[in-house]
Amino acid sequence: MTEIADAKLMLPPRRLPRLRLPALGGANMLVTAAALLGLLLLALAILAPLISPFEPDQQRLLARLKPPIGSTGANPLHWLGTDQLGRDLLSRCLHGLRLTLALALFGSLLGLAIGAALGLAAGLLRGWADALIMGLVDIMMSLPFTLVALFVVALAGTDVTVLICVLGIAYWAHFARLIRAQVLSLREMPFVEAARAAGAGPWRIATVHMIPNLISPVVVMASLNFSNLILLESALSFLGLGVQPPTATLGSMVGQGRDYMASAPWIVAIPALFIVLVSLVAMLLGDALRDRLDPRLRGR
Amino acid sequence: MLAFLSSRLLRMTITLWAIVTAVFLATRLTGNPIDFLMPEGLDAVSRAEMIAYWGLDRPIAEQYLLFWKSLLSGDFGLGLMERRPVAVIFSERLWQSASLLLATLALTIAVGVPLGILAALWRGQPRGQGVLFIAFMGYAVPNFVLAILLLLIFSYTLHWLPSAGSATLLHYVMPTVALAAYFVAALTRYTRNAMLDVLSEDYMRTARAKGLSESAIILRHGLRNALIPVITVLGLQITTLVSGAVVVETVFAWNGVGDLLVGATLRRDYPVLQFGVLVVASTVILVNFAIDLAYAASDPRVRLVGA
Repeated sequence: MTEIADAKLMLPPRRLPRLRLPALGGANMLVTAAALLGLLLLALAILAPLISPFEPDQQRLLARLKPPIGSTGANPLHWLGTDQLGRDLLSRCLHGLRLTLALALFGSLLGLAIGAALGLAAGLLRGWADALIMGLVDIMMSLPFTLVALFVVALAGTDVTVLICVLGIAYWAHFARLIRAQVLSLREMPFVEAARAAGAGPWRIATVHMIPNLISPVVVMASLNFSNLILLESALSFLGLGVQPPTATLGSMVGQGRDYMASAPWIVAIPALFIVLVSLVAMLLGDALRDRLDPRLRGR
Repeated sequence: MLAFLSSRLLRMTITLWAIVTAVFLATRLTGNPIDFLMPEGLDAVSRAEMIAYWGLDRPIAEQYLLFWKSLLSGDFGLGLMERRPVAVIFSERLWQSASLLLATLALTIAVGVPLGILAALWRGQPRGQGVLFIAFMGYAVPNFVLAILLLLIFSYTLHWLPSAGSATLLHYVMPTVALAAYFVAALTRYTRNAMLDVLSEDYMRTARAKGLSESAIILRHGLRNALIPVITVLGLQITTLVSGAVVVETVFAWNGVGDLLVGATLRRDYPVLQFGVLVVASTVILVNFAIDLAYAASDPRVRLVGA
């Protein structure tokens, strides 16, 4: 097993290259703008039921396929236009945004819980438990995740609970690997050795000495994974494997509007632009947070 | 080298075994596979017949051996929709997907490497920042959204490119671009970082001192060393590439494996999906193994470890 570990150490780490922010007009201005936009999107998502002009699934068949205001034939009641069933696109986008963010949040928490439990176990117990858990992590990371998602959905069906589980298992391996590595380096630290010498058991060492030191790297990874989960949820819903109609997320709105692309392009264009906006903001903020919380990266 | 090889081989074998076993167990634990394999509304007598025919009434260990046997012989029954052997359905679409992936790789390298070099040479300049911003957008815009936006612009508004299918070279343009954007972004950043490291090396100063032209220095000495990241990116991103292809193929009605698997999931065409998951997963793992070997062969530091 040591041989395997050694050979792995010499290979490049299996992760994306670090994303450097382009310093357009100063990186800080960009981050501030992203933070304000992020707060706005968050407020819109939380307040969606209060501020939406219509119910998201309410059909007004007399106002079908209306373009957004500003173009000819627009209906002043529907700022962003309506879809093929006369549903208000602004209301659907706001509710879709709300659901997308909620699903990504639950998925992150689930992935974090699984990853933290297994990562801590691997790092603290070592031996066979470590070999087994890290073997699982390797297998997870060597598979194209879409395949896993397709397989789970085919077996378990399309359902919000299943979707959250799929999002949860998407990144647990990343969390587990990070937390195990941190635990392995922490357990050699003098303060942990001192606690062990003073008679602290593994449970106390884990809860009192390890977890507080794990929070910062885990928060960084969680925020980066959050934006990935938004995209994963959108892609699955786009394929028709996520939430089922009439409930909408941004991804499913793009997926189902595809039949009308020639005659009513705004039905897909508007939720697509929403996804781009949310994804940009989430990535910029995740990156800024990492630079902030990881002192080693400052000034690079 | 031998130790490195054998440890990688061992890990790969374990992974492959685990995936096959997981698929086997998942189908047995979530109900009788016959209910997945056969259309709904099967009467009790034929159901029992089918269970006996597929050996699903035998002990689980025997079923497991049967599962391996059918996997190795490529015999996983008939697709529910097409009523043809899944291996045949699958093999017909393999080239479609492979050609899309190869085109994407070619585009990624053709665009990502020059962009990365330019970004490194233009470091600290507005145009260098511009290149990095393009790369950032490539990361942030998901492939299916990019695909849809390309469709809206180039097919439905300008009518320049065909919107679905894979008959001509023109059909390749949008799927390849949509799929490659993310990897171009990754490769640009990798190449830029590698190039920045290389540019400050002593041998670059030596090359300059002996009077080589700037373009010769960049191409002969810089690029050769900066190309190592290409292999790295390929290795890191094979799984992401396959995942992306599944989505992009669906958008463009590309007759590939990804489109087949999504359709099979939506229609509960279980034999096709099961076979597809096993074959694609194994292929990805084998390709990754090959890339690791290429990496070990090209990088003396990796070779040392095994010795």
